[in-house]
Amino acid sequence: MTPEIPNMWLALPEIFVCAMGCLILCVDLFVSKQARMVIYWLSQVTLLGAAALTLNLLMTPAGMTFSGMFVHDSLSNAIKLATYLIVFFVFVYSRDYIRERGMFRGEYFVLSLFGVVGMMIMASASHFLTLYLGLELLALSLYAMVAFQRDSAQATEAAMKYFVLGAISSGILLYGMSILYGLTGMLDIAGVRQAVAGMAADDVVLIFGLVFVVVGIAFKLGAVPFHMWVPDVYHGAPTSVTLYIGTAPKIAGFALVMRLLVGGLEDLAVSWQDMLTILAVLSMAIGNVVAIAQSNIKRMLAYSSISHMGFFFLGVVNATPNGYSSALFYVLVYAVMSLGAFGMIILLSRSGFEAERVDDFKGLNQRSPWYAFLMLLLMFSMAGAPPTIGFYAKLLVIQSVIEVGMIWLAILAVLFAVIGAYYYIRVVKVMYFDDAEDTTPITASLDMRVLIGVNGLVLLLAMPWVGIIIDVCGRAVAGIY
Amino acid sequence: MFAEHLLSICIWLPIVGGIVVLATGGDQNAAAARYLGLIFTIATFIVTLPLYADFNLHTSAMQFVEDRPWVDAFSIRYHLGIDGISVLLILLTSFCTVLVVIAGWSVIQKKVAQYLAAFLVMEGLMIGVFSALDAILFYVFWESMLIPMFVIIGLWGGPNRVYATIKFFLYTFLGSVLMLVAFIYLYYQADRSFDIATFHQVQLGMNAQILIFFALFAAFAVKIPMWPVHTWLPDAHTEAPTGGSVILAAILLKMGAYGFLRFSLPIVPDASHQLAGFMIALSLVAIVYIGLVTLMQTDMKKLIAYSSIAHMGFVTLGFFIFNPQGIEGGLVQMISHGFISSALFLCVGVLYDRLHSREIEDYGGVANRMPVFASFMMLFALANTGLPGTSGFVGEFLVILGAYQVNVWYAVLAATILVLGAAYTLWMYKRVIFGAVTKDSVAALEDATPREVLFLGLLAIPVLVMGLWPFPFLEVMHVSVDHLLEQVATSKL
Repeated sequence: MTPEIPNMWLALPEIFVCAMGCLILCVDLFVSKQARMVIYWLSQVTLLGAAALTLNLLMTPAGMTFSGMFVHDSLSNAIKLATYLIVFFVFVYSRDYIRERGMFRGEYFVLSLFGVVGMMIMASASHFLTLYLGLELLALSLYAMVAFQRDSAQATEAAMKYFVLGAISSGILLYGMSILYGLTGMLDIAGVRQAVAGMAADDVVLIFGLVFVVVGIAFKLGAVPFHMWVPDVYHGAPTSVTLYIGTAPKIAGFALVMRLLVGGLEDLAVSWQDMLTILAVLSMAIGNVVAIAQSNIKRMLAYSSISHMGFFFLGVVNATPNGYSSALFYVLVYAVMSLGAFGMIILLSRSGFEAERVDDFKGLNQRSPWYAFLMLLLMFSMAGAPPTIGFYAKLLVIQSVIEVGMIWLAILAVLFAVIGAYYYIRVVKVMYFDDAEDTTPITASLDMRVLIGVNGLVLLLAMPWVGIIIDVCGRAVAGIY
Repeated sequence: MFAEHLLSICIWLPIVGGIVVLATGGDQNAAAARYLGLIFTIATFIVTLPLYADFNLHTSAMQFVEDRPWVDAFSIRYHLGIDGISVLLILLTSFCTVLVVIAGWSVIQKKVAQYLAAFLVMEGLMIGVFSALDAILFYVFWESMLIPMFVIIGLWGGPNRVYATIKFFLYTFLGSVLMLVAFIYLYYQADRSFDIATFHQVQLGMNAQILIFFALFAAFAVKIPMWPVHTWLPDAHTEAPTGGSVILAAILLKMGAYGFLRFSLPIVPDASHQLAGFMIALSLVAIVYIGLVTLMQTDMKKLIAYSSIAHMGFVTLGFFIFNPQGIEGGLVQMISHGFISSALFLCVGVLYDRLHSREIEDYGGVANRMPVFASFMMLFALANTGLPGTSGFVGEFLVILGAYQVNVWYAVLAATILVLGAAYTLWMYKRVIFGAVTKDSVAALEDATPREVLFLGLLAIPVLVMGLWPFPFLEVMHVSVDHLLEQVATSKL
């Protein structure tokens, strides 16, 4: 057997980002403290370059490389492009924040970029090993980023919790994969799929393995009852890191679900549908109810992210292409909203002051009607109120649930959405109806001001083109290799 | 170009106007914001006039239709059109918004641009609700309105405004999400279409019909509001600024009633017949029980708010007796109540701006100091009691006439509102306006300013015209109401 030379071309974006990460690490050693801005620009150029390379690959027909370990298809492209865009925004929002807090170092950007590589590999994984590799690359980068503020006890504690629970969840996922391997003798996802098709769908050992896989996914996405790490990590991590964790990895999480559950184990859909239904209902319930009690906005958004993951699972439970595309749309919209919401927290924070409490938003309409309006859009979008795009996201997942006749689930979902609306409008309430306690002018760099404006307004102005976005999601999912 | 897109212009002109007004910035440019707001509301009123003038009276088909794809993957369309049921409501909307701008002219002093922008955006969205022919488009307009209304009550309202606005938001949000579930269910029953006309054709079993009826009921009954889901209204009305109360009473409440006509009756006719007794019972409770509650109010705004609930009970009663008099009477009552309740809220606003109190006992003998104002208020108070010759009479008379044909007791109970209505309205009027001046604050009152005379006069005209010559209002709705009754009479089982 002669070793096959893999087609590197398809993995060029990953190779590029990886190489640039290493380059930035070296450059960082030689630039002076004043010239560190170079690192930032290099990181942004890396993302743009990767985007260009991925766009260039769009026309290349879908295919596998590295002996079937790596797949290039419409889904991987869509997820990668969304990831670049989100991380680009994350870097812009974070730049001043991390500089003011002494975190502006090469490692920060290198870890972020390696995280991006991890997500890209997850999106393109067609093999248990590559999937796990991507997942761990992302996770390890995130652990280090959470602990980046060495002197902060809170951040260290959060990193510790994140690491321990993350390691356990990786272990669980890996155990599930190993059971599947034991049963099928296959590690590549297409092979597993074939082998599973030949087995009884209620094979106990198979279901046993599936449970571990589902639990692993639920852990990584932070769905109830595996959500314990989410509030602590969101709260304890520096806001710029929370911004990172709360956005792009959710999209990569969608890839994880698609590759493992849909790509590999779709024949077991009957079983995982039930499991995901339970996860979805619990996440929507606990996430929305507990968020009401939070006075810290980062914690509140953490619980809100748990409830959003519940809604996201609604799109997956019906196991139809329509449902998957609605889940992709949901997770993309969620990433944009979460980006904006944490961006606003960063915007209101300044050196020596973290705008972490809901009360820190008091009287924002007096301080700046424009930012208050953006936050209003973000909050109503998260609540799922039209005409914001958050409504269409909820509409689509609920539609996909009703399509398969689970009307009770749809009714539960909308009721939880109403409960959720309460804590979002509470933020609007403090911004518009309370008097400002803190009248420090809000300052931000020009690029941040522009991007956060775009970020907020897109939720409203995307309305006429929402059909096109949905079409793109549908095509991304339909083209899965 | 103009005629084809007339409805779109009616919807988007005020919304664009809202953005322009908002762009004037802070309160240093308040005057500019006010004039721009006035110009845009008047312009919108003018562009809505052709909807009535060019309206074809002899067809029940939708007119001024616009239809183009919007979200293809889910066959959601940007589909607009009006018939005899919606045309008057659109005119009412554009008319009332002009009044709101005039009424808030010198009263609103903080965040003027935001205030006017919120009302302009609301106006566009409300016209959108009345002209949408696609269920999702309807839902988008319907729900979007919550955002500006939430801000209006919360920012410019009374002392307890935050509680009131959150209650208002959650109540109405809860009601409408169930409607959304019903729409999506109907979408799959209607072979993947959100078109309302297609919904009208769908065959549905009885159980499905009943469930859909209640899902829609949750949305519409909360908006109207029907007893027992009315408790948000007194709070919201009392705490809202005068303009907010006017829009709430004149238009927002009508959207719920409109929803029954556009959705519930034609989509689930069998369930509507089956549950008519239930709806009539709720309507009669609203008329009699809320009428009694109204008698006990000491706050003028709360009194008018409760009286609105009682009057809207008439509207739903008219709808669910399924005869032309009932439905036309209900529709006329909707329009007339729009004028009368706006007028009464504006009257209370006039008093409130002077003494900053809504309590009846803080007044007394106002007629001595404000004779012009007192005569206007007299007219509106009498119209509220349903005096012949005013618009209030026409709708109530038609509904009672319709109810009499179905069951004498419905008519008897419904007629008690005329007694109770007279009791609470005139009693309030007596305590506020008549009597000797005993308070120094009242003694210092000055009569209505020209601006106030202007908006009260503008409202007095339709109240009288509609009362004396209701024909132009009734003729536009005849054909559409007959068509609706045909739809309701056709079983879908």
